[in-house]
Amino acid sequence: MSVAAAGVGISSVERTGGPDGPVRGAGPDSAGPVGSRRLTPYFLLLPALLALVVFYVLPTLTLASTSLQTGDLQQGYSITWHWATYGDVLTQYWPQFLRSFAYAAAATLFALLIAYPLAYTIARRAGRWRNVLLALVVAPFFTSFLIRTLAWRQILADQGWVVSIMKSTGLMSVTDWLGLTSGRLLATPVAVVLGLTYNFLPFMTLPLYTSLEKIDPALLQASGDLYANAWQGFWRVTWPLSLPGVVGGTLLTFIPAAGDFVNQQFLGSVSETMTGNVIDSLALTQRDYPSAAAMSLVLMVAIVVLVTVYVRRSGTDELV
Amino acid sequence: MSAVTGAVRGAVTGPGPATAAVPAPGAGRRVAAAPDGGGGVEIRGLVKAFGATRAVDGIDISVPEGSFFALLGPSGCGKTTTLRMVAGLEEPTAGAIHIGGRDVAGTRPYQRPTNTVFQNYALFPHMTIFENVAFGLRRRKVGDVRRQVMEMLELVELTHLAQRKPAQLSGGQQQRIAVVRALVNRPKVLLLDEPLGALDLKLRRQMQLELKRIQTEVGITFIHVTHDQEEAMTMADTIAVMNLGRVEQLGAPVELYENPRTAFVAGFLGQSNLLAARVVARHGDVVELSAEGNRILMPAARLSVPGPDVEVGVRPEKVHLGDLGVAEEGWNRIDGTVVDASFIGVSTQYLVRTRQDEELTVFTQNLSTHLRRVGEQVTLSWRPEHTFGLETGAWERATAAETAS
Repeated sequence: MSVAAAGVGISSVERTGGPDGPVRGAGPDSAGPVGSRRLTPYFLLLPALLALVVFYVLPTLTLASTSLQTGDLQQGYSITWHWATYGDVLTQYWPQFLRSFAYAAAATLFALLIAYPLAYTIARRAGRWRNVLLALVVAPFFTSFLIRTLAWRQILADQGWVVSIMKSTGLMSVTDWLGLTSGRLLATPVAVVLGLTYNFLPFMTLPLYTSLEKIDPALLQASGDLYANAWQGFWRVTWPLSLPGVVGGTLLTFIPAAGDFVNQQFLGSVSETMTGNVIDSLALTQRDYPSAAAMSLVLMVAIVVLVTVYVRRSGTDELV
Repeated sequence: MSAVTGAVRGAVTGPGPATAAVPAPGAGRRVAAAPDGGGGVEIRGLVKAFGATRAVDGIDISVPEGSFFALLGPSGCGKTTTLRMVAGLEEPTAGAIHIGGRDVAGTRPYQRPTNTVFQNYALFPHMTIFENVAFGLRRRKVGDVRRQVMEMLELVELTHLAQRKPAQLSGGQQQRIAVVRALVNRPKVLLLDEPLGALDLKLRRQMQLELKRIQTEVGITFIHVTHDQEEAMTMADTIAVMNLGRVEQLGAPVELYENPRTAFVAGFLGQSNLLAARVVARHGDVVELSAEGNRILMPAARLSVPGPDVEVGVRPEKVHLGDLGVAEEGWNRIDGTVVDASFIGVSTQYLVRTRQDEELTVFTQNLSTHLRRVGEQVTLSWRPEHTFGLETGAWERATAAETAS
């Protein structure tokens, strides 16, 4: 999450033209209060900067230093610049990294496929039901994340109605054949991706809703008047104008999903763990703090790299 | 530009006057469609109801091909709804619309020989100006997109902005792009929905002339919706003044101004003085009335109601203000007292109170430096042919319309 927060901070600064943007407009004539005025934006930034230092910069530095330490709980740890830890975690846990990104990517894609029509309907077709539907999108947050994920355990259980319907309709044999399930749903990648998709759906829906809602309906009428059919109107007008929401929503889904371990722990199998489970186990069970720290940093850097490439590729800064 | 103009004109010279091409009611659509008519628009008995309210309440309009036609009225009068029904963006509840002699009922906007300039332009913000103008051509898979788009940009002298995004253009430039984005598709009728509403006064004046020039140059029918009477009068050949979903009066700007047939038109277009009067006698083409004990004469054709109780009106600039008892022979006259005088520069605006406590407005050109003082006794006089007659209660309705304009 912290990575996303930093990203949003950067883009908003770019848009407003930097914190001293408005001050330039004041001109050199207003010489008296310029000194304090010039500082005002920084004062306003101060709480956020402090929070960022205390809750992001310092922990990251601690993490970095921990990853380069050696020792054990009894003897204590000390910095020995032991870079080999990084090599060790990468060689040992690369399948978990790959699985994390694959699951997160799948969950992001499914969330997009579900959330786009949903957000479109709320923004465009819901009329006076709009606020009710928006409240329903956020409603799951009133219950704990853990409880909701545990509830999925019940729904997907071997004796549950989902599995029995899948079995009686023959759907299960198809998914078994595809290697997605194994006679059951729980403890399969399907259940994990489903859990991730479900849990992060609101984070996809809300940014999409915001950008779809902003699109002037007259633009679609204009495209219709200019010989575009419904599909072309969507593809040429609605979709490109909703891209900021698509990028925002996919980031808000992919980043936390890639680092998540709760869904895998409750819904997945012990043999197909994600990065989050490994970090969890290294830090809290095996007490191997350097390896846990190295894993965390690798995950973070990998996400930053992926996100940067993605944002560059999608070229949303060219919009508007 | 010449190629475009030529092509459009070519279509115009085809089937003769649009009204002749309108089939009798009941004629099959296929038959009517066969002669690919021009850009005349016939609206018959058009109704649009939203729930219980009738936004458009049975209007009949005939727009001759190649004319600049304005739908003028206050907000909520049904003018935009009418335009949207012609465009195909709104389904009529009842009535028929023929474009170029063809019934367009049930057809989609893109199936009609019309294109629309939307109220806030509705330019695609994520596309360049070039791509905005090319949009319609690309959807129809027309060849030679580049030449046609550049020709259109030349028409409005904005070729240098082809690669910009709409947000980088001024309001006036965006407006022109919105017009050519529609025109590049060579519609037979261009529909403009309050196209100048978002511009400031000075720019609006400039764009009025520019739109008129473009219309003359491409020679197609323009139907223009506006609430600005001055805008309508400046540009349109014919104006339909609308109020409460109906057409109050339809005619050339001069005709509407000089001879308003309803109180609404008298108040909405310019200012009017209205006085209660009673028909006393009719002498052939001339009607004799009595207003406040004064004898008023007027042409019978300018009296829109049978009477005997009517209201007579005269435009403020038609009234001559003279010394007490001084008036031209044969003119209508009323005595009064100046209660207010405002010097505006080109003219002076007087408010004169009659003996019956009616207040009349008079605009006088400042030909002499002699200004009337407040409290001075004067005689107002005007030619009988400048008088118009409306139904009683007109004054109140006209005042309401004036506030709405």
